[in-house]
Amino acid sequence: MFEEFLDNKNSWINQGDSSPGVVFSSRLRLARNLSDFFFPSCLGPEAVEKLIDRFKDPSSYLGGNGNFAFIRMADLNVIDKEFLLERHLISRNFFSMNKGGLVFSQDERVSVMVSEEDHLRIQVVEAGFNLEKGWQKLNKVDDQISQSFDYAFLPELGYLTSCPTNTGTALRASCMLHLPGLILTQKIEKVFNFLNKISFTIRGLFGEGSQALGNFFQISNQISLGLKEEEVIDNLTRVVTQVIQHELDARQALQAKHKISLEDIVWRALGIARNSRLINCKEALAHLSALFLGIDLGIIKDIEKETVNNLFIVIQSAHLQKLEGKPLNRNERDYFRAEMLREKLN
Amino acid sequence: MLCNICHKDTATVHLTEIVDEKVVELHVCQRCAQSKKGLIQEHFDFSGLVGAFADEGDDKGGPQLKCANCGLDYQKFKKIGRLGCKDCYLAFKALILPLLKRVHGSARHQGKFPVSEKSKMPVESRLNRLKEELKKSVEAEEYEVAASLRDQIKKLEEESGP
Repeated sequence: MFEEFLDNKNSWINQGDSSPGVVFSSRLRLARNLSDFFFPSCLGPEAVEKLIDRFKDPSSYLGGNGNFAFIRMADLNVIDKEFLLERHLISRNFFSMNKGGLVFSQDERVSVMVSEEDHLRIQVVEAGFNLEKGWQKLNKVDDQISQSFDYAFLPELGYLTSCPTNTGTALRASCMLHLPGLILTQKIEKVFNFLNKISFTIRGLFGEGSQALGNFFQISNQISLGLKEEEVIDNLTRVVTQVIQHELDARQALQAKHKISLEDIVWRALGIARNSRLINCKEALAHLSALFLGIDLGIIKDIEKETVNNLFIVIQSAHLQKLEGKPLNRNERDYFRAEMLREKLN
Repeated sequence: MLCNICHKDTATVHLTEIVDEKVVELHVCQRCAQSKKGLIQEHFDFSGLVGAFADEGDDKGGPQLKCANCGLDYQKFKKIGRLGCKDCYLAFKALILPLLKRVHGSARHQGKFPVSEKSKMPVESRLNRLKEELKKSVEAEEYEVAASLRDQIKKLEEESGP
């Protein structure tokens, strides 16, 4: 299942221009609950089925244009679910729940988790630094769904969510940033502290509870009540713009003061990526991060950015298993991952 | 003192934080401190610790409060940090409002309304939104849209009186 996604060329992380690749993608989600169901934490299996039934035919509430499909999580095997997680179509929380359903557009830009922490988690993702465009799309999808369903809502408190940290707009906007410069110059702590002070969250590659892999970080708003959606987006845009500038400054400082060390890191990464026979995901991501930086800084000239972009996705466990068409054990994955890197980078 | 997260083991890690000019204290056991290390270190992330940040609410009848719709009681909410249904917001209102204020710095929605509820949006908010849209459509030279927005603003202003 989902093999067709492999041909999507990861449109949402392909930035389509040559600007320094700091922001990979912009992701926005709204939490929504129906007024006539208990929230998911209080729903029994039968009620979950009833809830899912309402959303199993996306064309009835999203129209036929978006080419939407629906799947039940219980019908998927673990590789399929991990594949969706790696493509950021489902959350880690949803991955481990094994219930509910997923609505998704064929281009993967719009998706809806049904019966995650809230009845609906509607997500839109855009390539690059494109929060406003993403919000416009998400707002439209939300309006469309709300014409078919009655949301849990109070005029004074806004959209009612399972967790009070989401109440109000129930909007979480985030950008995925590649910050190798701030890591190498050991300034990332400062960024963490700065974001902390102004109520923004910074997390690893897969959001809540995940570690930073390949120098990727997600920055998102923490506050969802007392602000208009446009203000949430505007604030995040300002914050991310500042972090981008810090990252670019760090890169410039590295080039000015540590040119040889920087080149050493980049060329060693390429050497390992082009020659290893067994490589785990964490190590591969670290080298790809260095390659990406090397391409951004003009140190490496003969590798396309898009190639590295795509590798970030396809070297992950479930992707390798999809591509090979069979389950692989850890050792086999490390073998095929190394083979994939050699093939694409030589 | 028992851990604010698992409510089982003795709390040995004690954290104090100033949120919205109020002192928030968090007491957790060694095991929860370890497993929630990331959350506690970045103690601006409340989602895993909502229950711990909610008031005991003894003075507001917290221990006896129960939602008549889904049956969730306030003590359980404090433990799991998740509400059971939309009516919980009303059942626990006296305790939820301060919690929202603590987490968000505000307990008043300023964002969008569902399509079906738009008529309930305060006139002032609706006018502000329409005026912003008007400004944007003029800048984008979408004059037909702008004309329609201008008519809507006029109508709304007339309806709401001087």
